[in-house]
Amino acid sequence: MLHQLDARVKVNLTLSFILATTLTPPGAWPVLTLLAALALAVVILAELRARFVLVRTALALPFALAALPLLFTVAGTPLFELPWGWTASWEGLLRVANIVVKTWLSVLMAFTLTATTPFTAILVALRGWRLPRLLVTIVALTWRYLFVLVEEAQRLMRARAARSGQIVEGRGKSLAWRARVTGGMAGNLLLRGADRAERIYSAMSARGYDGEPRVVAQPPLTAGHRALLALGYLFLALLALTGILFWG
Amino acid sequence: MHHNTIDVEHVSYAYPDGQMALRDVSLHVSSGERVALIGPNGAGKSTLLLHLNGLLKPQAGRVRVCGLDVGDGNLGPVRAAVGLVFQDPNDQLFCPTVFEDVAFGPLYQGLPEADIRTRVAAALEAVGMADFAARASYRLSLGEKKRIALATVLSLRPHILALDEPSAGLDPRARRGLIQLLTTVHPTLLIATHDLELVLDVCDRVVLLDEGRVIVEGCPGDVMCDVALMEVHGLERPHSLTPHAELHHLRCDALAKCVAPGNITNE
Repeated sequence: MLHQLDARVKVNLTLSFILATTLTPPGAWPVLTLLAALALAVVILAELRARFVLVRTALALPFALAALPLLFTVAGTPLFELPWGWTASWEGLLRVANIVVKTWLSVLMAFTLTATTPFTAILVALRGWRLPRLLVTIVALTWRYLFVLVEEAQRLMRARAARSGQIVEGRGKSLAWRARVTGGMAGNLLLRGADRAERIYSAMSARGYDGEPRVVAQPPLTAGHRALLALGYLFLALLALTGILFWG
Repeated sequence: MHHNTIDVEHVSYAYPDGQMALRDVSLHVSSGERVALIGPNGAGKSTLLLHLNGLLKPQAGRVRVCGLDVGDGNLGPVRAAVGLVFQDPNDQLFCPTVFEDVAFGPLYQGLPEADIRTRVAAALEAVGMADFAARASYRLSLGEKKRIALATVLSLRPHILALDEPSAGLDPRARRGLIQLLTTVHPTLLIATHDLELVLDVCDRVVLLDEGRVIVEGCPGDVMCDVALMEVHGLERPHSLTPHAELHHLRCDALAKCVAPGNITNE
């Protein structure tokens, strides 16, 4: 059901969710719990497999490790002590937990967005956001040609593999020789990429491109979508405000 | 613009590395004519097509399309008049979705929103891909990409269509569909191709290029019947033009391979 929702609504609500989560002050656990409940509801609506979601979002957790030093630097009730005078505090632990939970919730929502929305639709939504068009165009071109480039690299590697037959066991060429071949392939790929860029620019010019990125405007959001957006904004703003007022 | 003509007058062009691609090429295509450019690889066919759109500038001579000089002054109208389709659809389709790609040309012509949508729908309909508007270009098969690539210039409603190897890499059914389409479109057609049977089906006239020169031009049946001429220039006479007796031999040879004893059952 979430898959059919207009990408603009999804992108806006996801970013608002992340903003509200970020603004929630440390210690505002009731607010974080509500946000987590909201995230859970969204994941359930998205009909994604729990294992898939957990594995993918866990990938972001190592980044939260950057918060680990807080455990020792925040002063407060001592929890345990490490050699060389490192003292962990209860307050520090809470701060770290807070950051880990907030990071994970944000990643969870961003992941749900990308799992339920085609990338092309996200691009369209970003354009609606008055993001510099050139930037969006570059992202769009990168996305489009990433696949072509990967295919080209695969073809090169397949061609090498196909001609890398070995008649006598263990009489392959030296590492330096193979490194040179690989270097040649990388250079080849670069040149092919440059040629391709040239031809794409020709194709764009041939259809009238004048250096100014333009896009067809999107149809306006329906009343239902706008209501949903307003409701989402209101709810998230209330949560963030509650957090700031009572725990900030 | 009632005169959808192409005039190439004494055009020469050398690539930056000094290799001559076109030598004193002259060519006139009348309004509504369907002309094929044939010749071996490296004959200059694609280079000539790039000149029609001002993507390459002649080092000598001049190019006019629809009565407009192809030059810095009027690249806009020229590019709106000439729909150029590149050989590799991956070069032609640079947008994330099919819709955006087909809408690209009309968008840069400054058409209003509603017109753009009508044109995209019509162009996709013409190539039989009406349901593909929301698809991501990179997920399409080659045949689908080739058809969408054609749609990206049909949406320009061009006066002239310049196609580079439109049938290369297509399966027979897709190729049939393409020929069908090309015989029904209205613009003046200039097709660079190795597909000589397609030339026979679609074109009124054929121009043979080799080493950057126009060798001969004329009715496809006449030019391509000339076995000696075709072979000298790296081509061959298409089977449709093979005399009946010779064709009979070819057929017998082909069938003989099937009935030769033991050919299939042999271990």
